[in-house]
Amino acid sequence: MNWPLKKKTNGDGTSNGHIIEMLGITKVYNTGKIKVEALKGIELVVDKGEFVAVVGPSGSGKSTLLNLIGCLDTPTGGSYMIGGEAVAGLDRDALADVRNRRVGFVFQNFNLLPQLTALENVELPMLFGGVGRRERRRRAVEHLERVRLGDRVEHRPTELSGGQMQRVAIARALAMEPDIVLADEPTGNLDTGSGSDVMSLLSELWGQGRTLVVVTHDQTLAKRAGRIVEIRDGLVVTDRRAVA
Amino acid sequence: MGRDLAVIATLFLKASSLQRKRAMLTVAAIAWGTVAIVMLLAFGEGLRHQLMKGQRGMGENIAVWWPGETSKVWEGLPEGRPVRPILDDIGYLRGRITAASGVIGELTSWSSSLSWGTTTITGRVTGANWEYGEMRHHFAQAGGRFFNANDEREKRRVIFLGDELAKDTFGEADPVGETMFVDRIPYLVIGVLEHKMQMGTYKGPDANGSVIPITTFSAQFGTQRLNNIVFKARTAEDMPLARQQFNEALAAKYRFDPTDEQVTGLWDTVEFGKVMAKIMIGLQAFLGIIGGLTLLVGGIGVANIMYAVVKEKTREIGVQMAVGAHRGWITGPFVLQGMTYTLLGGAFGLLIAVILIMLVRLVPVEGNQALEFLGKPTLSVEIAVATAALLGFIGIIAGYFPARRAASVDPAETLRYE
Repeated sequence: MNWPLKKKTNGDGTSNGHIIEMLGITKVYNTGKIKVEALKGIELVVDKGEFVAVVGPSGSGKSTLLNLIGCLDTPTGGSYMIGGEAVAGLDRDALADVRNRRVGFVFQNFNLLPQLTALENVELPMLFGGVGRRERRRRAVEHLERVRLGDRVEHRPTELSGGQMQRVAIARALAMEPDIVLADEPTGNLDTGSGSDVMSLLSELWGQGRTLVVVTHDQTLAKRAGRIVEIRDGLVVTDRRAVA
Repeated sequence: MGRDLAVIATLFLKASSLQRKRAMLTVAAIAWGTVAIVMLLAFGEGLRHQLMKGQRGMGENIAVWWPGETSKVWEGLPEGRPVRPILDDIGYLRGRITAASGVIGELTSWSSSLSWGTTTITGRVTGANWEYGEMRHHFAQAGGRFFNANDEREKRRVIFLGDELAKDTFGEADPVGETMFVDRIPYLVIGVLEHKMQMGTYKGPDANGSVIPITTFSAQFGTQRLNNIVFKARTAEDMPLARQQFNEALAAKYRFDPTDEQVTGLWDTVEFGKVMAKIMIGLQAFLGIIGGLTLLVGGIGVANIMYAVVKEKTREIGVQMAVGAHRGWITGPFVLQGMTYTLLGGAFGLLIAVILIMLVRLVPVEGNQALEFLGKPTLSVEIAVATAALLGFIGIIAGYFPARRAASVDPAETLRYE
């Protein structure tokens, strides 16, 4: 098996420093007879080090947008570059590699593999990324310590609290040092205390210079972001930057 | 490639041990299928083995000829003439059938009175040349012998008994060295047939008959006309030539068309053996197909459980895809799992089958005609290889289709629902 061993750019290698560059993105779901136009022409540019909150009512197209940004799905029309790499025309395995190297996912319901320990969950992206066993273990422990779960490495998800599970998920998202961390309602399933823990952690990551895109209904979380993009009916309606 | 295998192996080992009961039942189904196919094939192989042995019981590479009538006009002579060779023709034929290692004549008395002490039975007596012993596999039990060239030349009154006939006449007593009467003429018993498996027969099983030198027979019964001529080809490949030489020699002497099958028709055991072998191949294939179908049912069970696993793990598959798993890394562990169940079941099944076969072979079969053929299941390398190949094939199929479904999981779709 071989795939393009591109030098990891982390955004710096792109000509203009844009991590995400979406131009005229449309997405049409063809559910038999009815065609649903979820996105109608999204223009979105995210630079390295930004913390973007995507807000909007249910059914506005937020999740669709997130799937496209995360390369879980491909757009119907328009052009999308992630870290300077065009996504159009990549096959499934190549898309998987892009996700592996460039995107870290954090889900509302954590999506940890139940039969794996916290450590093994964090190791998983590195297993797919071709990181050697020792290196994998070392880096996984390091990431878990960074999210303050150094004492929970051998625990399985069922033995962890919701907040702890989400922190394992964040450690997993960071495992491959991705260009961007994508979070879909990361505090949606958490109580207030754990929620604010996770929020602080995300802010901390931003402070370290990472790029974050978070879809959320949570106003408190949205307010922490440096930029709020509002989606409505498949279009960006407002895009405002917080004044520091 | 090496990295792919490493990833697949790691994921496979990490995969949860799903519901054990279902897995056990699946493995049991495969094991049962394996037992079925191995046992069926082993019984088929044993049957083939015994049939071939039984066929050799009458003698190897021999042909048996009966007197007949001509059915074709030949050199001005009409059809319907009997061809009845006599004792002296054997010497003539021996000189001309060069492809044969032996030619003998037989004279037969179908119902002679055989008596010893107060026991008298009616039995078959054959007069034959001394080479008959070797050619027709008349081997003597310990302490006895078949008659030899001297017995034949000097017309000695010696008799060789079939083992069943010996039992009927002598009961538990040892017949060798005893004097018995054949149609009130005394004969010395010199040997009793070592029990053998015999399938083909042209005048009844050898076990139920007795044999005396052909010269003695001719003197006592006053006949020269042969009831049978038997010849043995040097090798199986020589049989067609031997038959041709036999036909030509006999046709020249008795003046008939050598292609007249009414006269030349005979029982060629080489040809018969080939037909038998083909029938056995057909039977083996039939048994194999039945066993294979049983195994296939087990395979469907494995595929079924694998589909269930894929369904249960849809979300996990989606997560793995989201963090960068290739298609092959998703499908590989499933195929491996299907293979593992199948091969595990196969190993168990093979073990059970081997034990069963060993037990069946312990059952005594001596003297029971049906069991002599059916009671000897035999494992062969071919059976083991065929079973293993079929198991591997079913394992791959049973894992492949569920794995394909796993690979078709759409991560975006899967991760969306709560």
